[in-house]
Amino acid sequence: MMTGFRTSQLAHNWKRNLSAILGSAIIALCGFMVVFGPMLVQQNPYDVTQLNLLDSYLPPAWLEGGNPKFLLGTDGQGRDVLAAVIYGTRISAFIGLAATLMSCLLGTVLGLIAGYFGGWIDSLIMRIADIQLSFPSMLIALFLMSAFGTGIDKILISLTAVGWVVYARTVRGSTLGEKQKEYIQAAQVAGLRTSGIIWRHILPNVMTPLIVVATVQVGTFILIEASLSFLGVGVPVTKPSLGLLIKNGFDVLFSGLWWTSVFPGLMIMAMVFGINLLGDFLRDELNPRLK
Amino acid sequence: MFAFTVRRLFQMIVVLWAVSVIVFLMMSLVGDPVFMVVPIDATQAEIAQAREILGLDRPMIVQYGIFVSGLLQGDFGLSYVFRQPALDLIVERLPATVEMVVVAIAIATVVAIPLGVYAGANPGKPLSRLIMSGSLLGVSLPGFWIGMMLIWVLAVEYRIFPSSGRGDTAVLFGVQTSLATANGWHHIILPALTLSVGTLAILLRMTRAGMMEVTRQDYMKFARAKGVSRHGVLYGHGLRNALIPVVTIFGLQVGDMIAFATITETIFAWPGMGKLLIDSIYRADRPVIVVYLMLVAVIFVVINFIIDILYTLIDPRITVK
Repeated sequence: MMTGFRTSQLAHNWKRNLSAILGSAIIALCGFMVVFGPMLVQQNPYDVTQLNLLDSYLPPAWLEGGNPKFLLGTDGQGRDVLAAVIYGTRISAFIGLAATLMSCLLGTVLGLIAGYFGGWIDSLIMRIADIQLSFPSMLIALFLMSAFGTGIDKILISLTAVGWVVYARTVRGSTLGEKQKEYIQAAQVAGLRTSGIIWRHILPNVMTPLIVVATVQVGTFILIEASLSFLGVGVPVTKPSLGLLIKNGFDVLFSGLWWTSVFPGLMIMAMVFGINLLGDFLRDELNPRLK
Repeated sequence: MFAFTVRRLFQMIVVLWAVSVIVFLMMSLVGDPVFMVVPIDATQAEIAQAREILGLDRPMIVQYGIFVSGLLQGDFGLSYVFRQPALDLIVERLPATVEMVVVAIAIATVVAIPLGVYAGANPGKPLSRLIMSGSLLGVSLPGFWIGMMLIWVLAVEYRIFPSSGRGDTAVLFGVQTSLATANGWHHIILPALTLSVGTLAILLRMTRAGMMEVTRQDYMKFARAKGVSRHGVLYGHGLRNALIPVVTIFGLQVGDMIAFATITETIFAWPGMGKLLIDSIYRADRPVIVVYLMLVAVIFVVINFIIDILYTLIDPRITVK
């Protein structure tokens, strides 16, 4: 598998594409932060016993009044902003990845069913998709969250509810194309079970375009989650994602305490920018139509 | 064309009906609104009475019937908080949101199209690469965070623009709008700029992709060969065709802007319907949320309808089935 990748056309082009390398590097760095970040900071920002109110609102270390112990300063409860950003990144990244995975699963299954069986079930799924696509994702997610209330599980459900459509449409389209091909007809004539045909033969051939969609969607979901949390209808206050950190920082921005909101924002930007750089590269490579 | 229009109109009604069912079901999930209207120390009897007045004691299907007949008559009930018709509250705040969205669209269009044309016509140049990197950064940013940074730098540190509020309004074409006063313009620039960033970046990228596609076409070379200036070819022949796909995403972009206006309005304390929605969500003010949802659904469906019609008019190659 790995040798196959190393010698592939994709890897060859990747090595020659500066923005793809940059994007991958940013993603790798974020991944490292998500996995090992908590070991790199001395403070668990959500363990109240480790917070000291005397340390509240310290500016970043390089500014006057900063404390070298808190590189990016502290918030109103004496919480290390760097530690809060690292923990927040974990939550944001988890939501982005998990919601994308759930959307991809649901959308692929529905797309396969719609494309392979056709008929009324196809019409039903695709009409729902049409209605949903005519409304912006952010708006639907906002409505769902306002009905559900805060919670990571609820965000995942809301994001999946808006995210499945694009997979369903893509998979349905490719499935319709594959279904006509001779190898599928051969499999049908040979008496293979329908589930076997879909799983073994159609699925592997309709997966490639999904890679691009999924990559970009992780970034989109991180942004939507941040917006929802900023509005107070996203993650609960006990699990602050980057968006909630920005919201908390916004309240004190007018007093000139900028570091509590600037750094979480920069983190979102870096993460989503890396994802989009890689997504752009993958789209150019895997979607020959656009070449 | 006539049959197409009629069929699309019918589809619009079906979509709005589906939305009404979803909104109704969702509203039933939003917790019990009866506690929003009764005082904290209300007795069981008072709670039951309030429930009866609100119609919450009836079966769901009857409640839906009442809900829909209310919708059709434009009667959405009184806001639990303001004790005024919910529809009036939203309609009152509609101009503030619309003017912000309109200015944001104007900013996005004026900036994105020339930059997109340039980047599409000169793909290899350093400036094009800079434009494209910038636009990718634009789609990677949380829009509300840009708004906060603008407030921090331009309102808090340098005090060039006001940080919140709508400023003075005056009547223009029968609507109270801040676009009619200099002070209003001063207030609208930062929120509109914030709101425009996402759409600007997407519009730019689509314009560029469209331009790259059309510059390969023979009619472009032919126009150049017959002596049309480079500028004339790009804008007269190229842009017109490059913009066809842009038109299709325009509806979704307007919708995105209406959705993100809720955040922008919250940040800038802009008295629009988005801020009212967020406040109403916090207060579980169900009638106001319902009006907002239905109004946005109507705006949306109408925009998509107009775009479908426009699309067939702009591009004669598309035949109406």
